[in-house]
Amino acid sequence: MSIFSAILIVTVIGLAGAAILVVAAKYLEVAEDPRIGEVTSALPGANCGACGFAGCSDYAKAIVEGTAEIGKCVPGGQKAADAVGAIMGVAAGKAVQQKAVVLCQGSYDHTTDKYDYHGIKSCTAAASLYGGPATCPYGCIGFGDCVKACKFDAIHADNGLAVVDADKCTGCGECAKACPKHIISVRPVSAQPIVLCANTDRGALTHKACTAGCIGCMKCTKVCPEGAVTVTDNCAKIDQSKCINCGACVLACPVGAIVSFG
Amino acid sequence: MMAAKLAFIFFSMILTNNYVLVKFLGICPFLGVSKKLDSAVGMSAAVTFVMVLATAATWPLYSCVLVPLGLAYLQTIVFILVIAILVQLLESIMKKFPPPLYKALGIYLPLITTNCTILGVTILNFTNGYNYVESLICAAGAGLGFMLAMVIFSGVRKRLEDAEPPKAFEGLPITLVAASITSLSFTGFGGLIEKIFGM
Repeated sequence: MSIFSAILIVTVIGLAGAAILVVAAKYLEVAEDPRIGEVTSALPGANCGACGFAGCSDYAKAIVEGTAEIGKCVPGGQKAADAVGAIMGVAAGKAVQQKAVVLCQGSYDHTTDKYDYHGIKSCTAAASLYGGPATCPYGCIGFGDCVKACKFDAIHADNGLAVVDADKCTGCGECAKACPKHIISVRPVSAQPIVLCANTDRGALTHKACTAGCIGCMKCTKVCPEGAVTVTDNCAKIDQSKCINCGACVLACPVGAIVSFG
Repeated sequence: MMAAKLAFIFFSMILTNNYVLVKFLGICPFLGVSKKLDSAVGMSAAVTFVMVLATAATWPLYSCVLVPLGLAYLQTIVFILVIAILVQLLESIMKKFPPPLYKALGIYLPLITTNCTILGVTILNFTNGYNYVESLICAAGAGLGFMLAMVIFSGVRKRLEDAEPPKAFEGLPITLVAASITSLSFTGFGGLIEKIFGM
């Protein structure tokens, strides 16, 4: 007899619960724009946060609500922008492709270590010990915190220096966040030259630490026809708005610290 | 006396009878969601909330329906059913009314549908012979204890990320070892609450 009451009671509770949920679903329904789901699936789904939102679905919501522009997805690039534009019924505009670049050329061909480091193989850990084993206190430590951060296998650390594989890089900026030296820069791809050194020490000191470092000799500022190159804190800087990609500074640099990008 | 007993139940649930670290319930969210501090806090806030609500719903059901009908042995299956319904209902209510609350807790709700800690709290309330108020206090304490364990362990895991254990221990093994040591440390609280409240 008790088996029947057991079956009965579980059935009653189940049905009552189902009824409550059905009623709740009816009265508490939140109208969600179906385009949010479509836009989310058009985005790459890496949830990298390069767009400035908490994740792909958050960004999709902002697009549909009209509070965000379409071309902000860096990993998705033009393809995602076009797909989202098609859903939203607007022209996608030009999504500027961005890529990461390590502002250092200090491989072991150019620099050495100032001490033997035997700790955890992590740049963050090493940097906390007298700024890391690399002789140049501004340069790449080369243990590859950025390599671990990269979701796309686009950056590799060999010979004491991290190098970005431009074909695989999506410009999401995870490596830049992971770098304790803050020498990874995410910038729009263009042919403009770029200074691959962050050392602000005086030229003699820089050259002692690394033969590829910018020594602040001012040759680049003299050859630049547009006055786009300046040397502040013993390190050259190129004003991207003035640069006309003539490449004169690349040829003039005696240490090869300025190279063409893109 | 009543207040002292309630306080005793509350604090012993947090420290000496911690559901995660002493009773070993709710290990999956403990290991799964403790990677980051904010998700650990969000998850445990949701767990606390559902725990109290589930106790509020299951206690009368057990005492007024199952026991009089002589069906107390059905408690596990009935509780799972009730808690699952409750969590579903809660999710749709949260989605509708306070969107900030849904944003903070909502994403964890589907994860904790009949989580073993929640089921454990509702069932162990009867094993311990608590009345309605005591059960609710116990559930709140158990939830906060869960939060304490999660927060502590997310701190431990932060350290583990920078550590470099031997290859064989990388990932889950070292996390489990760390969890067991954290749990071991909680045995240090044994008898503390009993002594304070003289029970």
